[in-house]
Amino acid sequence: MTQFADLSSIQLDAMREVGNIGAAHAATVLSQLLKQKVQMSVPRVSVTPLTEAAEFIGVPEMPMVGVYLRVFGDAPSKILYLYPKEQALFLAGLLLGETYKVRNILGEMEVSALKEIGNILTGAYVNAFSNFTKLNMISSVPALAFDMVGAIVNTVLADLGEVGDYALIIETKLTTSDSSIDGHFFLVPDSDSLGVILKTLGVNGECQNSSGSGCRK
Amino acid sequence: MSELIRVGMSEIACSRSPDVLATYGLGSCVGVCVYDPLLKIGGMAHVMLPDSSLSKTVANRGKFADTSIADLIAELTQMGALVPRMVAKIAGGSQMFAFMGKDDKLLIGPRNVAAVENALAQQKVKLSAKNVGGNVGRSILFDLATGEVTVKMLNSADIIL
Repeated sequence: MTQFADLSSIQLDAMREVGNIGAAHAATVLSQLLKQKVQMSVPRVSVTPLTEAAEFIGVPEMPMVGVYLRVFGDAPSKILYLYPKEQALFLAGLLLGETYKVRNILGEMEVSALKEIGNILTGAYVNAFSNFTKLNMISSVPALAFDMVGAIVNTVLADLGEVGDYALIIETKLTTSDSSIDGHFFLVPDSDSLGVILKTLGVNGECQNSSGSGCRK
Repeated sequence: MSELIRVGMSEIACSRSPDVLATYGLGSCVGVCVYDPLLKIGGMAHVMLPDSSLSKTVANRGKFADTSIADLIAELTQMGALVPRMVAKIAGGSQMFAFMGKDDKLLIGPRNVAAVENALAQQKVKLSAKNVGGNVGRSILFDLATGEVTVKMLNSADIIL
């Protein structure tokens, strides 16, 4: 199995590129939804030790809204969106339309709207990813949590611990031009999926680590 | 001067009074605090997964309830603590995301709690207090001067175990 810690820079670049293609589609869809320009950052690909996962976004106790989906198929992965609460409410309001009055609570309606946005963005991301890699991928229904960001991230990443000590995180920031939305978007491949994705990209043999361990030739 | 020692996911740390051990953002993970009140020595483990037999390679024993608690007790014993005096307090193990269906992987919180309780019983360490389950994230502070564990949550008052 390809170990996250053994990835070469070419392999990380390849993962960044698929992240880029997926996120570009998600950004386009978000921009249509919000009727304004959405800027997308160059994806950050990082191999993060699980011990430091809670600090990945910043202060682990910061309250954030997380929308979490699983991706099934040839390359099982996790997808997580994180927004500060006010932005999540603003985003929900945009989907709920003009008759909806923004309120300061995450009620059933707001939660449902945010999940739907998670669905729409994930659909765009996964489709693009799937077209590019020719891998079959399908996403689960979304789940939502509003809590400490550290607890959300830890929970999402915990099962990766069964096979390794690191998570490969492909992170993109989606920002509207007026900065009303400034969300984090994460794709985290399951440990077995990384090798599958790298193989379809033709970079599975580019192992440049000193030991050569954990690489498929 | 007391020192604040941060325990990350899958880590174990032991120290003595007046230090404070802390772990932030427990979701499905369980924070295990074990204390010897006589010597004011204590240790904390941040357990991620229930059982080391789940893993093909147990490189990091701190991740799993069984191996992590065994190591925590062994380290405290080396520092002079005695198992019959030890008391354990645990927090965490929540189910952050309410998914439909019964995917085993997503019920990791309750499974972690059960595995931790089981491992403590196996080590013959008494469990004196717990704040577990639900769907909330928690941070815990373990004061080695008093043995008190403060559980912090986002939308409710602190709980002292």
